[in-house]
Amino acid sequence: MNEIQTPPLTKKDFESDQAVRWCPGCGDYAILAQTQKKMPSFGRKREEFVFVAGIGCSSRFPYYMNTYGFHTIHGRAPAVATGVKIANPDLSVWVVTGDGDGLSIGGNHFMHCLRRNMDLNILMFNNRIYGLTKGQYSPTSELGKKTKASPFGSIDYPLNPPSLALGAQATFVARTIDRWQKHLAEMMERSYAHDGASFTEIYQNCNIFNDGAFEEYTGADKFNNVIELKHNEPMVFAKGTKGIKLEGSTAVIVDLEKSSIDEVLIHDETNLDMAHIIANWTTHPILPEPIGVIYCIQKPTYNEEMVNQIDAAKKMRGSGKVQDLLNAGDTWVVD
Amino acid sequence: MGKTFKTIDEAVIRFAGDSGDGMQLTGGRFTDTTAIVGNDLSTLPDFPAEIRAPAGSLAGVSAFQIKFSSKDIHTPGDKPDVLVAMNPAALKVHQKELIPGGTMIVNKDAFTTKNLKFAGYETNPIEDGSLDDYFTLIPIEMNKMVTAACEGLEMSPKLVGRTKNLFALGVLFYMYDRPLESTEAWLKKKFKGKDAIIDANTRALNAGYNYGDTTELFMTRFKVEKANLASGNYRNMNGNFATSLGLLAAAEKSGLNLFYGGYPITPASDILQTLASWKHFGVSTFQAEDEIASISSVIGAAFTGSLAVTATSGPGIALKAEAIGLGIITELPMVIINVQRGGPSTGLPTKTEQSDLNQALFGRNGESPMPIIAAATPGDCFFAAYEACRIALKYMTPVMLLSDGYLANGSEPWKIPNVDELEDIPVNFAKKKNGEDEYLPYLRDDETLSRPWAIPGTPGLEHRVGGIEKAENTGHVSYDPENHHKMTLIREEKVNRIRQDIPALNVFGESHGDLLILSWGGTYGSCRSASETLQEEGKSVSHIHLRWVNPLPQDLGELIVGYKNVLIPEINMGQLLRLIRAEYLVDAKGLNQVRGRPISTSSIIEKVNEMLG
Repeated sequence: MNEIQTPPLTKKDFESDQAVRWCPGCGDYAILAQTQKKMPSFGRKREEFVFVAGIGCSSRFPYYMNTYGFHTIHGRAPAVATGVKIANPDLSVWVVTGDGDGLSIGGNHFMHCLRRNMDLNILMFNNRIYGLTKGQYSPTSELGKKTKASPFGSIDYPLNPPSLALGAQATFVARTIDRWQKHLAEMMERSYAHDGASFTEIYQNCNIFNDGAFEEYTGADKFNNVIELKHNEPMVFAKGTKGIKLEGSTAVIVDLEKSSIDEVLIHDETNLDMAHIIANWTTHPILPEPIGVIYCIQKPTYNEEMVNQIDAAKKMRGSGKVQDLLNAGDTWVVD
Repeated sequence: MGKTFKTIDEAVIRFAGDSGDGMQLTGGRFTDTTAIVGNDLSTLPDFPAEIRAPAGSLAGVSAFQIKFSSKDIHTPGDKPDVLVAMNPAALKVHQKELIPGGTMIVNKDAFTTKNLKFAGYETNPIEDGSLDDYFTLIPIEMNKMVTAACEGLEMSPKLVGRTKNLFALGVLFYMYDRPLESTEAWLKKKFKGKDAIIDANTRALNAGYNYGDTTELFMTRFKVEKANLASGNYRNMNGNFATSLGLLAAAEKSGLNLFYGGYPITPASDILQTLASWKHFGVSTFQAEDEIASISSVIGAAFTGSLAVTATSGPGIALKAEAIGLGIITELPMVIINVQRGGPSTGLPTKTEQSDLNQALFGRNGESPMPIIAAATPGDCFFAAYEACRIALKYMTPVMLLSDGYLANGSEPWKIPNVDELEDIPVNFAKKKNGEDEYLPYLRDDETLSRPWAIPGTPGLEHRVGGIEKAENTGHVSYDPENHHKMTLIREEKVNRIRQDIPALNVFGESHGDLLILSWGGTYGSCRSASETLQEEGKSVSHIHLRWVNPLPQDLGELIVGYKNVLIPEINMGQLLRLIRAEYLVDAKGLNQVRGRPISTSSIIEKVNEMLG
C-alpha cells in the first residue's frame, strides 16, 4: 500500500479556533494545555478522537479541542459517549466532566459506565464547587462549607470519588492534580493505554468560587501532604522521609528516619483490597492524599463483548436478510 | 341428531381467566389458526399490570378478544358473541360486555365457594338462573375433563390442571371449525424436550374438540369463510414486532448499522427484546441504566453515524425530554418511539391510550419542533417505523413515532412486503469540506434544510456540536439575538418542509359532505368501521386518517372546510381536536374516552348520528 507520510501532529493541531472562555487563572487552562500537548504523543489520527462533555465549566472543554466533540447536557456525557463508542469502537472517546456533572446529576451514568467497563477515558475535574452556576456546594464539598446556597454551612457529607468508582467495579482509578503537570500528563497516558473504563479524578482549583481548595497539595508543603503511588514501589512521601504501613487493616505513617523501608507497603495497583484502603485516605485527617494509579486491572470491555456477540451471531446464523425474516413464521398465500 | 353448520360473516370471541390461566397464549393460538384459515382478523389482548395478582381476584383477570371475518375488518370488535370465562372473577368482569343472547362458556370446576366469594358473588351465577334469561350458558367441568384426558400420564394434578386453557381452545376450534394441526405443531416446538407437557396439552386440546363434537350442547357450528384479502403472501403481525421489523428494514435499506438504546418499560419492552435477538443483522442493542441514558446513547450513536433508535412509553418520554431537545438542536437523525399507555404518571401501564400527543408536540423546553408520525394498525407499525427512519435521515432530525398499547399487542393478517419495493433511503456522509477550507456543519441543503452529517473518523471534518445555540452555517456557539431568532425559524421551517414527503390525503368517501371523521393513530380501525357502516346507511360521512401529525399535511386545511361537521374521536381528552381547532379555526367536535381500550365503533356511530340530528 502506498501510504502518504504525514508529518506528526503537534499540540497546535489539537487547538480549535474558538476563544477559550474560562476565568483567568482557572485550573482548567492547565488541563487543557496538557491534554492538547499529550494527544499527539498517542500517535493516533486526530479524527479518531471524540471529546464528550456534559454541562459545567469543565464541560466546555470539547469546544477547545480540534477533534470531534460533543457538548451535551448536564450529567449525560458518559451515556452519550457510550453511544459513540458502541457505534464505532475504533474511536478514542474521552469524557470530560466535573464533580457536579459527573457525581450529582450524572451519578447514575458515571456508575454504570464504569460497571460495564465501557472503553471510555473519563476525566473528572473536581473543584468541589459549582462554578458555572456561581458557587453552590457540590457533592464533593466539605461538610460545613459556606456557599451562597449554604450560608450556614453545608450539612451534606461529601462523597469520595475513587471509592465510588471502585464500588462501581471500575477497572482503572487514578487521581492527579492540575498543578502537577508532569503527573497529569502521565495519568492521561495511563488512561489512554487502559482498555476499558478509565476514571481519572483531577483536583482542579476554581480560583473564583473555591480558591485554594487544594492548596495543601499544591503549595510549599505539598510533598508532606501528597503521596504519589507507583506500582510495585514502596509507598513513601515527604521526599522519602515517610512511608505508610498497615497495622492490621489500618494504615499508619512510618518515620523512615527511624524505621526501615522494609516495613512500608508496596503499592500493587492490581490489588482491589488495597485500592479500597488507599481510596479511603481521601481527605484523611492524618494520612497524605493519594495520587497516581490507585487501581488498574484488565477485563473484557463492553464494546468488545458487543462486537464479539455480533460476530458470533453472524458466524452461527449467517448475516441476516430482512426479507427472510419477513417471510419467516406461519405464512399463507392469498390468491 | 345431526349437527348443522351456519355460515356467518364474522364473530367476536373473548377468552377471560386468571393471569395464570394462559389466556394470552390461548388467544394467540386461536389467532394464528384463524389467520391460516384465511379470515381477516383483529385482536385485543387485555391484561393486568400485575404479573400474578392473587389467583381468582378481579384484579388478576386477563383477557384476549379476537374478531374474525370473511370481510375486510378494522377492529377487534366492540362486544363479544362468545365469552370463555375460566373462573368467577373473569365472568364477573366480562359478563356485562357480552352481547345479549351471546354464548357463555365457563369452567364449572372453578366456581367454588372460595372463588365465588373472592369474585364478589353471593350465589353461584351459573346455578342461580341469573344468567339464563340473557345468555346461552354452557358450563363445562374442564378440570375433570382434562384430568380424564391426561389419565395415565405421569404428571402432577396441578400441571394437568394447567392444560384446561387448551381444552377451552379445543372447544372453540370445534365451534368455529378450525384445524388443530398448527397448535399441535406449535406445542411441539414450544415445549421441545418436555414430552409429557406436549402430550398433556395435545390431549387437552383434542379433548376439548371432541367434547364439542360429542356433546349436544353445540348443535350448531359456525363457518366463517375466507376473507377476500388482496393477493399475496401473508402472516399474522402484531404492532411491536412490526415496529422492530420496520426499523431493521430501514437499517438494511440505508446501509446503516441499527443502534437501539432502550430501558425496559411496558408496553415497549418487546421492541428491545426483539431487536436484541437480531444480533446477526449487526444490530447493537444497549439496555441502558435509565431512560435518560438510553436516549443519550442514541444521540451519541446518531452523531457517530448509526441509525439510532429508542422506544419507550409516556413516562419514559417525559424523562427523555431534555435529551430530545439536544437531538433537535444538534439536528441529528434518530427515531424516538412512544408506545403510549394510560397516564398520567404510572397510570395504566398495560392499557392503551392516545394521550401523549400533546407531550410529543410540546413536551420539551424551548421552541423544539419535532416531526410526529403515528401508526394506524398493528401491521402498519412496520411502515410507520420505516417512514420515521427515512424522514429522520433525509431531514436530519429526531422523529417521534407514536404507537400505543393496543397496536403494540394487537395483531392482524399482514401482507408481507417486498423489501426491494420499499422507498430507498439514501445516506450520504459528508466526506469533504463544504466551505472555504473549512467544514460548515450547519450549512443546509436547499430543498430539505438538512445539515450535512460528518461522522467521527472522517479526516478533516473535525467539528463540535452541542446544546448551546449555534451560529448559522459554522455551528459555533452563538448568543447573538438575531442568530437565535433565525435558527429558531429555520428549525421550524425544516420540520414543515417534511410536507413535501407527505402524500395527498386519502379521503374515504366524498371530499365534502355533512360530516368528516378525522382520526390519527390507533383509532383508525374504529373510525373506518364506523364510516363504512354510516356510508352503507346512506349518510354523508367521510373519513380522513392522519399519518403525520406534525407537520400536518398540506391539503388538510382545504379538505376540512368541505364538511359541515368535523368529529375527532380520540382516546384522550381532545388533543388533536385542540390542534385542529387552533390550526384551521374550524368548530370540530371531539369524542373522547379514556377507558384504557379502543374506542368502540358503535360509540362513534352514535355520536355521528347525534351530530347529524
